[in-house]
Amino acid sequence: MGRIAYILPVAVFVVVSLFFLRGLQLDPKHIPSVLIDKPIPELNLPPLPGRDEVGLRTADIKGQVSLVNIFGSWCVACVAEHPMLLKIRKTGIVPIHGIDWRDDPAKGAAWLRKNGDPYDRVGADPDSHAAIDFGVTGAPETFVVDREGHIRYKHVGPITEEIWEDTLLPMIKELSR
Amino acid sequence: MRRALLPFVLMILGLAAVTPAGAVNPDEVLDDPVLEERARDISKGLRCVVCQNQSIDDSDADLARDLRLIVRERLVAGDSDAQVMDFVVDRYGDYVLLKPPFKATTYVLWFGPIALLLAAVFAVVSFYRGRAAAPAKAPADLTDEERRRLDKLLKDDR
Repeated sequence: MGRIAYILPVAVFVVVSLFFLRGLQLDPKHIPSVLIDKPIPELNLPPLPGRDEVGLRTADIKGQVSLVNIFGSWCVACVAEHPMLLKIRKTGIVPIHGIDWRDDPAKGAAWLRKNGDPYDRVGADPDSHAAIDFGVTGAPETFVVDREGHIRYKHVGPITEEIWEDTLLPMIKELSR
Repeated sequence: MRRALLPFVLMILGLAAVTPAGAVNPDEVLDDPVLEERARDISKGLRCVVCQNQSIDDSDADLARDLRLIVRERLVAGDSDAQVMDFVVDRYGDYVLLKPPFKATTYVLWFGPIALLLAAVFAVVSFYRGRAAAPAKAPADLTDEERRRLDKLLKDDR
């Protein structure tokens, strides 16, 4: 009994410290998506003015592995990400569809004319309905969608060279098989 | 005396009438006060995923505003409070609930503190029980050898 009285507080301290240590390493901004392996939400988004006449519908995304990218003309990080999207577009490996989130569609269209347009289909989502259906917490966010239209992965923040090479590309290859 | 108290009473009553306004903008408020009240209640229980420790009712973030509007939209469309909650949880997970749900994955959260308290009570009780059950032992009698030495010492002293 005597010895336990000394060891126990130390043991409790060590266990609590380990939890705190782990807690420090977790990123509170990283919220696991509950939509992984779920079908993409029902979409029927109008087009950006002057870009095309179709917009973005659920059926457009199904049929092949694709990326769905959330962007907006107001989004600073999207400007940083954009060259990478253009590069992916050039490789022709995977189609990228865009959702112009919480944006004036005219501004979204102007932004694409200025920065380049890497997208296959783009839908305007001025009132955030599509973004919230995707469980979006910020822009940019990118979803990997498989042939059947199921969300397989969500990347929060800009796609970098590293993330493309190490995470997205291998996954797309695997899903395309 | 009574007269002097009156301003203070009025002041305290005045403070009691003040309620925090939250972040709800006038253009978001529904015309139907009953629906608006329900929307406020639901919003207070939903976490803003951008600022995390605020409810969407408190938060000025754009996404919080979007969610407040969607909550109101669902209510106007005739959803029950539970349906509105489910709508948001389906998209953002249990994480958006400021009050964690009671289910298998959260048992540790709900029962942990009670279990720790019970363990502490048990430890304290058994500690004092153990002390009471074993009273201090009377010192053992001296051995013959010790008695001889003691006698010798006492004798030398004289």
